[in-house]
Amino acid sequence: MDRKRWIHAALVAVFALPAAALGVRLIAGSLGANPIEELTHETGEWALRLMLASLAVTPARQWLGWSRLAPYRRTLGLLAFGYACAHMLVYFAVDLFFDWRAILEAIVERPYVTAGFTAFACLVPLAVTSTRRWMRRLGRRWNTLHRLVYVAAVAAAVHFLWLVKADLREPLVYAAILAALLAARPLYRLRRSRL
Amino acid sequence: MLIRVPRASEVRSREITDEELYLRRREFLRQSAAGAGALAGGLLLPGLGGAVEGAPAAGEAPGAVFPLSPFSTDEETTRYEHATTYNNFYEFGTDKEDPSRNAHRMRTRPWAVEVAGEVRRPGTLDLEDLLAPHAVEERIYRLRCVEAWSMVIPWLGIPLKDVLERLEPTPHARYVAFRTLHDPKQMPGQRRPILRWPYREGLRLDEAMHPLTLLATGMYGRDLPNQNGAPLRLVVPWKYGFKSIKSIVRIELTRRRPDTSWNISAPREYGFYSNVNPEVSHPRWSQRRERRIGDFFKRPTLMFNGYAEEVGSLYAGMDLARNY
Repeated sequence: MDRKRWIHAALVAVFALPAAALGVRLIAGSLGANPIEELTHETGEWALRLMLASLAVTPARQWLGWSRLAPYRRTLGLLAFGYACAHMLVYFAVDLFFDWRAILEAIVERPYVTAGFTAFACLVPLAVTSTRRWMRRLGRRWNTLHRLVYVAAVAAAVHFLWLVKADLREPLVYAAILAALLAARPLYRLRRSRL
Repeated sequence: MLIRVPRASEVRSREITDEELYLRRREFLRQSAAGAGALAGGLLLPGLGGAVEGAPAAGEAPGAVFPLSPFSTDEETTRYEHATTYNNFYEFGTDKEDPSRNAHRMRTRPWAVEVAGEVRRPGTLDLEDLLAPHAVEERIYRLRCVEAWSMVIPWLGIPLKDVLERLEPTPHARYVAFRTLHDPKQMPGQRRPILRWPYREGLRLDEAMHPLTLLATGMYGRDLPNQNGAPLRLVVPWKYGFKSIKSIVRIELTRRRPDTSWNISAPREYGFYSNVNPEVSHPRWSQRRERRIGDFFKRPTLMFNGYAEEVGSLYAGMDLARNY
């Protein structure tokens, strides 16, 4: 029990490092020529990476038998949500300066913003219901609700794909990893039903 | 009363060179040389008058002073460090820092420019010969990228108009097409077909002949760094930055509208004109505001990037939402 707690703390500490580094670079003025853009890109990318990491837990358990990873799925998911919040805050507060009309317009008219906002909107109820109390209260419906993470991850990957200008390599790498992680689930069930 | 008699070796205050003049000594020398050269050229070789003037030598002294064009803005210029490390030059990679890391591979001397198409004087010119007859001036322009950020750059260059007039376009010439160097050995980004290589851009002839349109050879008082399009680039300040093609090796006067790389890549997103226009959104993002590099918050984008008075008449009667 104590060991598990320690690992949780270590996990949070490790994945808080990128955020801390961004904070330090912001204060030191070493985020480059366009620090706001750098903040937006970095927080967004870490949100996506951590979302993929949390989605990797189940396949790792199923295919590799790494059951001990299971308790860290929530931690990774909440870390992803943290970066997603920072990402949204930078975009809404600094980029659009809480200009609600501009924000609404961006969400409605710019498909890549629509996709990104969808991803964020899906993560909110998941973060809220991530506690044990909510798990108990929702019972089986909790599992159904938390399938929203698939929508969130796909929307986030699409968001990245839609915002780049010409060089699709990086978002395609993330999309391919996500596709593999999503495909691993039905494939596992298929294999098990055949055995 | 004490009378101080200066020693013979002592420098008298009136003999001390004014610091400002001292700092501009290279310019003084260059101007003297140019004057002498022009004089000698004029006497000995009448066809080459002023040939030395204005051709910026490699390793030009930083901060050299050139005549400042009245077209210049008095806005604060972007930090040199930012203007040279935050670049879109996909030939050297698609990250903003890639060009400053990779562009040193490009050899910019010697440099030849091919002049082709509807001109009376086609041929391949050495860069120095192309530029020699013209005087370099400094122009501080706003630069607005299609990605909604902007800078203020003090360019050194010559009006494209002066060069084109010397090349003598035929009456059939209606457009000017430009091409960037194509050499994947020097430009690693060209090994993958991210855009149609070589990078190509174009202007309508009247746009090219507009006095604001500049052929730049330097910035911030020195030669262009490679990542900024050395040794020769276009600067069209009222259009999105990608129209200002870098490292030019070919200038062709054409009858028909030339293809342009970004237009080939995404015709709905990047039109031939690509004039800065806050009212016409990029299909994926708004163009109403921009972040001036160095600023925290965004600022409103101006029609034609603030050059509406100068260039608005070029597009009189045109539907700018359709001709984006």
